[in-house]
Amino acid sequence: MMKDYILEMNHIKKAFADVLVLDDVSLKIKKGSVHALLGENGAGKSTLMKILMGIYKLDSGEILFKNQVFHNSSINIVLEKGISMIYQEINPLSNMKVAENIFLGREPKFKLGILNYKKMYADTQKLFDQLGITQLKPQEIMGNLTVAQMQLVEIVKAVSYHSELIIMDEPTSSLTENECRHLFKIINQLKHEGVSFIFISHKLEEIFEVSDEITILRDGQWIGNYSISELDKNSIIEMMVGRKVRQLYPKVSSLPGEVAIRVEDLSVSNLFQKISFEARYGEIVGFAGLVGAGRSEVMETVFGYRKKTDGKIFVCGKEVKIKSPADAVRQRVAFLTEDRKRTGLFLALSSLDNMFMPSLKKHCSGLFLKYKQMQREYAVFQRQFKIKTASFKQPTAKLSGGNQQKILVSRWLLTEPDIIILDEPTKGIDIGAKSDIYQCIASLAEKGKCIIMISSEMPEILGMSNRIYVMHEGRMTGELSRDKATQENILKMATGLEEELN
Amino acid sequence: MKHNVKDRRGFLREIYIKYGIWIILLFMIVLMSCLTDTFFTTRNLLNLVRQVSFIAIIGFGSAYIMICGGLDLSPGSVVAVTSVVSCSFATGNYPTSVAILIGLLIGVVVGTVNGLLVTALRVPPFIATLGTMTSCNGIAMLYSDGNSIKGLTDSYKYWGAGKIMGIPISIIIMLVLAVIMFVVLVYTPFGRHIVAVGDNIQAAKISGIKTERIILLVYIIGGVLASIASILMSGRIASGQPLLGDGYEMDAISAAVVGGVSLKGGVGSMGGVICGALIIGIINNGMDLLGVSSYWQQIVKGIIIVLAIVLDQLKQRSE
Repeated sequence: MMKDYILEMNHIKKAFADVLVLDDVSLKIKKGSVHALLGENGAGKSTLMKILMGIYKLDSGEILFKNQVFHNSSINIVLEKGISMIYQEINPLSNMKVAENIFLGREPKFKLGILNYKKMYADTQKLFDQLGITQLKPQEIMGNLTVAQMQLVEIVKAVSYHSELIIMDEPTSSLTENECRHLFKIINQLKHEGVSFIFISHKLEEIFEVSDEITILRDGQWIGNYSISELDKNSIIEMMVGRKVRQLYPKVSSLPGEVAIRVEDLSVSNLFQKISFEARYGEIVGFAGLVGAGRSEVMETVFGYRKKTDGKIFVCGKEVKIKSPADAVRQRVAFLTEDRKRTGLFLALSSLDNMFMPSLKKHCSGLFLKYKQMQREYAVFQRQFKIKTASFKQPTAKLSGGNQQKILVSRWLLTEPDIIILDEPTKGIDIGAKSDIYQCIASLAEKGKCIIMISSEMPEILGMSNRIYVMHEGRMTGELSRDKATQENILKMATGLEEELN
Repeated sequence: MKHNVKDRRGFLREIYIKYGIWIILLFMIVLMSCLTDTFFTTRNLLNLVRQVSFIAIIGFGSAYIMICGGLDLSPGSVVAVTSVVSCSFATGNYPTSVAILIGLLIGVVVGTVNGLLVTALRVPPFIATLGTMTSCNGIAMLYSDGNSIKGLTDSYKYWGAGKIMGIPISIIIMLVLAVIMFVVLVYTPFGRHIVAVGDNIQAAKISGIKTERIILLVYIIGGVLASIASILMSGRIASGQPLLGDGYEMDAISAAVVGGVSLKGGVGSMGGVICGALIIGIINNGMDLLGVSSYWQQIVKGIIIVLAIVLDQLKQRSE
């Protein structure tokens, strides 16, 4: 009976300062199974995993690995014992080769400490063959790989440590559908070889696809351990959020108005060609496609962050010259970028600074900033969006993804935009925050704002948009109204199998 | 009881995080006052703070540039060029105002060159300002033929050597500039934009900030502040010197860094720069008084700068 479990974490407690972040949490992983660990951001998933990896020390409780008390005094020891973790954001040595990344720190050597590259490449190739990976070469430079390929390298690395338990923290957040399929195939293959997985993800669809069991956490408490067949989507969401989420995608009742923005034959050489679209006031227009189809690049160009090589942009029927984001902001366009950390947040600066940065000039009397008024407006947004921060002075680096995203949404609303471009607005944030952001988007549309939303999540784009444009490899391949759009025809257009343009 | 101890420890840590370098400064003042009779005298302190005011004024500029994510190696050479050029107009042949304006103009020109190299031509700041530094040092020697320029008018010297109510004018100017620089950084959109550009230039651009303009302006401010310091220093020593600014860029950067300005950008304060400049000033002055050789002074200065950063890193880790 006991032999069933490869890992048991029993009655784990952990507090930071005086805040209890894990309160009597247990996690039991069966050998050769994929175990999904679910919970909103801040529920304690990462803390639990960091305790397992030896990064944090537990206050009380016990960890058994292969039925023995597990001493995890350092990450190296944990790796040696057979547990690997693949982090959400992979930080590879991008200038070094794939094989060097895999064997970092334990490179095969000749006598005198000289590296044996030949053996390193051969060993890497052996691992690739074992896993059926054909698209990678050991000698390739890491920096040239796609995110999906980097993830494969991380998995190969885990296998090379003979890991019996692999933890994956939101592995699919930057992957395309096809890449996800491939990842799941490899997970399944390893599963049949007896490897166990802990799988953390916010995408419920793939949880049902890949996992055998589920453990749910909420606010640092253990909610339950279930077999996947016992549950459906709604019951999972309820248990995660702790309340009923009636309608994830709210209905917009108002009808679209005048054309707010029209783009004609926009091109940037090498990136995308002859992109035309329009969006109306009070309308939510979705942009679907695979990662890398050029959707973000189109919007960056519309916003003046990239230089266009050709094409025209009309706002409110008048042609406008947008040469920089400053011009776009003046035309009352807002752009919530996909990569919060890279192009969104000022991580070292306060929440207040982050929220008001583009609209500072509106909050001046004479030369000077009106901090009192800014604090009042901050409080309004904080209440409206349920933003959880210790104070407005808190650096945004310390906030959860959902709260960071809400601050960025507030930032753009403060510029009083008419046209709002959202690039993957709910990427990597939990269901509760997602629902808040959907509500916000819908109410903006109802107030007559024009919303353009790029999303790679099918349910999101189908649930939210009035109209959907589909792109494939830098070309527009389709335009669908809400009633004609289905997962299948979007996917066909996104993969370039079918084209349909009005 | 246990809770109490924890609270007090948290309180002490907060004080250390907020005022760490000021505590170090206080410690150094007490130490020097105990070790020598001459340190804690009005005369020596005024002399010390006047010396520090030059470092601090240049340091304000260096701090702005570093907060904006850049680096400036050229202020020492701006001091040199400004000194010889401005003084050559201050020997009675032109009004003092012309000499001062020409001096300030040099700061504007060099700052503009730095700013354009960094923004328009995308030269890394270290290389761009290394280039202008080297060239400007040459220009100062060429212009003055390597000689000092003497015979300055009293009205020109007044700025560097004069006093108001017993306080050297350069100290007053430092304080006024500190207040202005602080207010601009914290209470104006321009100042917040500087911080934003230093923290994340891509996010700043997407926020509609004209990042290139901000960077250009910051380098110009740095140049002008170096010129102001140069005019004060030249007045103080009553001559234009082609080697006047030697090493001042390093003292200014050190003052900024010791004062808590992050080399990664986005973080720093003007009060911190003054404190950093005072610490460096006391090292120089105090060791002079103790009769420590200048070789040893350099060694100690180097150790203290690195130590300041080590303390800062420990502080960040403990957070």
